[in-house]
Parts: sequence; structure tokens; C-alpha cells
Amino acid sequence: MTRNGQPRTLFEKVWDAHEVRAQTDDTPGVLYIDLHLVHEVTSPQAFTMLREQGLTVRRPDRTLATMDHSTPTTPRNALGIIPIADSQAAAQLDTLTRNCHDFGIPLYALGTENQGIVHVIGPEQGLTQPGMTIVCGDSHTSTHGAFGALAFGIGTSEVGHVLATQCLIQTRPKTCEVRVNGRLQPGVGAKDIILAIIAKIGVGGGTGYVFEYTGEAIRALTMEERMTICNMSIEGGARAGMVAPDETTFDYIKGRPYAPHGADWDAAVAYWRTLPSDAGATYDRLIELDASTLTPMITYGTNPGMGMAITDSVPAPEQLDEPSARTTLDKALKYMDLQPGERLLGKPVDVVFIGSCTNSRISDLRLAASIMQGRRVAPNVRVMVVPGSQQVKRQAEQEGLDRIFREAGAEWREAGCSMCIAMNGDQLQPGQYAVSTSNRNFEGRQGKGGRTFLASPLTAAATAVNGVITDVRTML
Amino acid sequence: MEPIKSFSATAIALPVENVDTDQIIPARYLKVTDKAGLGDGLFADWRRDDNGNLKPDFVLNRPEAAGAQILVAGNNFGCGSSREHAPWALLGYGFKAVISTYFADIFRNNALKNGLLPITVDTETYYQLVSMIEEDPATQITVDLAQQTVTLPEGQQLHFPIDGFAKYCLLNGVDQLGFLHQQADLIAQYEATHAQRVKTIA
Ligand code: SF4
Repeated sequence: MTRNGQPRTLFEKVWDAHEVRAQTDDTPGVLYIDLHLVHEVTSPQAFTMLREQGLTVRRPDRTLATMDHSTPTTPRNALGIIPIADSQAAAQLDTLTRNCHDFGIPLYALGTENQGIVHVIGPEQGLTQPGMTIVCGDSHTSTHGAFGALAFGIGTSEVGHVLATQCLIQTRPKTCEVRVNGRLQPGVGAKDIILAIIAKIGVGGGTGYVFEYTGEAIRALTMEERMTICNMSIEGGARAGMVAPDETTFDYIKGRPYAPHGADWDAAVAYWRTLPSDAGATYDRLIELDASTLTPMITYGTNPGMGMAITDSVPAPEQLDEPSARTTLDKALKYMDLQPGERLLGKPVDVVFIGSCTNSRISDLRLAASIMQGRRVAPNVRVMVVPGSQQVKRQAEQEGLDRIFREAGAEWREAGCSMCIAMNGDQLQPGQYAVSTSNRNFEGRQGKGGRTFLASPLTAAATAVNGVITDVRTML
Repeated sequence: MEPIKSFSATAIALPVENVDTDQIIPARYLKVTDKAGLGDGLFADWRRDDNGNLKPDFVLNRPEAAGAQILVAGNNFGCGSSREHAPWALLGYGFKAVISTYFADIFRNNALKNGLLPITVDTETYYQLVSMIEEDPATQITVDLAQQTVTLPEGQQLHFPIDGFAKYCLLNGVDQLGFLHQQADLIAQYEATHAQRVKTIA
């Protein structure tokens, strides 16, 4: 699907197909949005704006809301209801319910059968499809790019723009090919790939770009693994991350509730096959990585770019040239209470969190369960397993994973963002260390004063069992 | 939104890289349904101790910081989440502009939509500003959006880039949504000629 004989990248094809109005020197471009996902935290002020200006939602049929960020993940009561202890959170959830009702937007409310983390439910329902533009007032919207969609996070003003017009004002980003060659070794997974990429380029390394992940290692990944990678594109600063759709993509979508079927399915697949970047298409930049040399990764600092091989030791600020960078690392190590040169293997932790839109899908839970099966979690560690959606929770229970976690001594909870953002009461205490499968280790992200090491579900599960940071390869 | 006019003010230097939106406004402040009062939560975990009292040594809490309207911060300011609460909190506190060597994409977008100016300068200028402010917190800096300039007390002037459309909206106090409304015909035409891929309402 070249245009005027010009080869195009996947990003360019999706962008071009959604341009309502092209960018000029004086005016910005206008991009049409196929799917708008909404949650309780970043939407209230946008609905207020609609009310104040007497506007309606242009396409409620292209909009879907869920409750995830501030929802409790505590077990249901005898009536099957998940109690909400925090009155502010309850008010926010009520506001979303009222807004969805008043503006005609479908809502997956707390505890209902399809509720879950916004980036888990889109793909799960088959709403996320190749070639679409998808936005949400949430930076990890980049997750949906795993399907070859252009998906990115927006602010609340922009949520209002999309609600009112189904469009966004946009300037065209640059493109960057992130080529991951080779094959992963046992015990090393998608999370390790993306942590290695971010460690290499830094948290601002991708600012202004859309990443397209290519190469043998990416093609070999399942859809859920590709989602883990695209999810954290934003942690490298990229506006979005994409993977070209292929048979793996089509197989994953087929049969899901909102997937096309019959003749529509054939037409959709025929279109999706035109999306991968043309031979000869060029990117503005290339980043390369060899997957076969990767080991399990872990972060040591207070941003996702401060990551290293789990067998390495914590770097020293003196090794850095830039004064600001030195101050930043120094501040991070103080916050984490770590010494330069210290090794993290064997370090005791207080909490292990397995969940978040990065790693809470069924395959992540299966990996964690494979390590915990027949073992007990260490007595000094609180282990929380939080499925990404009610559907993931049901499936895990059908497979008996919940039993494995419970018998190991881990908590099995209701679906939601939980300790990824610590808005709902699930949080670290000041000074506690956690190994988390989530995506952000910022100061206080998992609770004021809490200290986070980001890692894969395998590393998290191995650490849960031993009570100290563990190289999972010693347990395989 | 009020039109942005030229202004002079003192600045605060926060020479830390990658100041993320969780630092600018921690998640526990996001359980609100309006924008009011977020200035109190600005840099809450850096500004306040466990009892909520202001920490006297944090730069925002020093007496000379009072009245500052410009924040000078390290590389990649505003990385992390898409929360627009970050610019709301900065504005609520009284900042009108942030100067950095670069800004995370979503933060920059959000700032521009709320009349908070993200001003990008080169690394050398950034370090110059930081040491100038640290030496003399009373340094007055003048920001002129129309001219796209930052002027220092000795008359040194720097030019900063800004997207033309965003500049037009900020100078005139125009909401960007108005521009989208003007595209109604094009949007309708787009919808009529492009297949609807999914429908969330079954
Ligand atoms: S799980 Fe974490 S990163 Fe993902 S949407 Fe929820 S809060 Fe955001």
C-alpha cells in the first residue's frame, strides 16, 4: 500500500488513513480517533467542560469506559459486592457512572463481568484492532500499539476534544525503528526486552518519536508479550509503540466479542495485511538490540531507565558526565537507600506485586504460577497477585492458578490498577522495598516513601518464593 | 483561558532530571473531580513531611522562593503519566512558565492547553539559568510569548521555539477546541467515507 509509489511505514499508513485535515505551516493536523477509552480519574473535568459548553458526545458508539485506577481490589463481600472504603474514590466512581449514563457511553462498572484495567479490556474484547487510532487519558495507551494500531495517551483537555469531536489536534511525530534481533534465552521475557531498551536510551530517549518494534525477537512474541513491550514505550518517552500485525495478531483477535466475523472478518484481515511497513520504507532513527544476549532485567533507581541486568551492580554517580544526571542518580540512590557498586541479587524485599497493565494478563499469571506451584512464598514477604480484568480473573480461576497462588501464601485479589499507582489503598509503607511487575518506579509511585524494583513476572515470582531478589534462571 | 501577556518574575531552580508527573502531583491527589486546590499537592512528597508540614529546606519552601512564577528544571520535565493535574497543580501554585532542556510530549501538550508555557532552552543556557538563580534568587526574568523571548537582567535575550498554532491560541486566549469545531464539515465527510471499524455499543 505505497502511496504515489512511495514506500511507507506502518505508522505512516495508519496516520495517513486518519488525517481529517493535513498539517500546514499555519495550522495543525486533525486526526480522527476510532476508539476512545475512558476511566474515572482523567475524565471528570472533561465531562464538566462538555456540560458547561452545552456539548454532547459525538460518538458514544466509539467510546468505552471502565473503572480501574481508584477501585479497591479487596475481596467481594457476602453479597458479591466489592466495598469501597474511600469516600473520595467512591465519589469519583459515581461521577463516572453519572457521566456515562448522561452521555450514553457504555461502562464496565466496578465488579461487573468485563471490568478491568483499561488497557487490558480493549484487546480482550477485540475492540483493539490493527490500523485503528486509539486514545485514552492514560499514558499507557501505547499498549494497544501491539496490534498495529496507533495508540497514545492524552490529557484531560484532549479527552474533552475527543468526546466532543472524535478528533484530536496533532503534530506528526517522527518514526524510530526499534529492531530486536535474535532469540530470547530461557527465563528472559518481553519485560526484560523493554527494560533493556529503556535502560539503553533513557526515559527521555524516545521523546517526539513513535516506535515500531521489528526483528526476529518481536515476531516470535505472543500478543500479550508484544503488549508488555508496547505498554512501556512511554517509559522511553515515545508517544506510541507499534508492532506490525501478522498471523499472531489475527489469531488473537479472531472470535473475540467485538472482532469482525464472517465476510467482515475476511475484509478486515485483507486490509490488515496491507499495513506492515513497505520494503524500502525509511524511519527517522534506528535503535538495535540483540535479544539473545539479554538476561533478566531489574531497575535500581527511581525511573524506568535506571535498569540493569539482574546480575550487575548498581552504578556510581561519578561515572556520569552531566552534572544534572549525576545529581539525579545520586538523589535516586539516596531515595532507594542503595550504595554504588551494590548488587541487588540476594537483597530482601517486603512486597511483591504481580499486576498492572504491563503484566497482569493470563500469560503473565501463568508464568508467575509456574514458579510458585508447589512452593511457598517467603514468610517475610507480602505477595499480591492482581489480575488485569474480571475476565482474566475468571480464566485464572478456571485454570486453578488462584489456588496455586493462595496455597503458596500469596493474596489473590479483584481486578484493577492496584499497587501500580497506589490510589486505592493498596500501597507500600514508607521505606519498604517491592519487586513489581508494573511500569513505574518513580519516588512514591507505589506509596509514599515506598521503593520499587521493576522486573518481569518470573523474576517477581522467584523473588516472592525466596524473599530476596532472585535470578529466576536458578529456579528453572 | 486568559490571554498570555509578557511578564517578569523571579524563578526557582530545580536542577533534577526527569521530574515525573508523580512528583509534580502524587496520585493520591487525583481522586478529585475538579481542578481546584491542586496547587496544594504540587511536589507534595518533596515539599511536605509525613505530617503534612512544609520542609524548610526544599527549594519551593525557602523564603526567597515566594512569588516566583517561573520554574527552571532539568531535562525531560513532566515525563510519566498523562495526568493534566500536573499543569493544573503548577498553575494553581502560581507558576506561569517552566524552563527546561526538553519536555515530555504529553506534559507539553497539556501545559499548552492550560496556558502554562513550556520553554525549551539549550543545555548551556539551562546551566547558566540555574547558577544565576542559585546565586541571586531575586533575578528577574522576563518572558515574552509574542516575541518568543526570555530576557535576563543584563539584557541577554534568548529565543525559544513554540508551535505556531499553540502560540496563537495562548496569545489570544482561544480554546483549541474551537478550531476542531470549525472542522465539522471535514469531520462529517471523513465519517461518511471511512468504514467504522468497531462499535462499542452492541
Ligand atoms: S495499571 Fe498502572 S500504568 Fe496501567 S493504567 Fe493502571 S495505573 Fe496506569
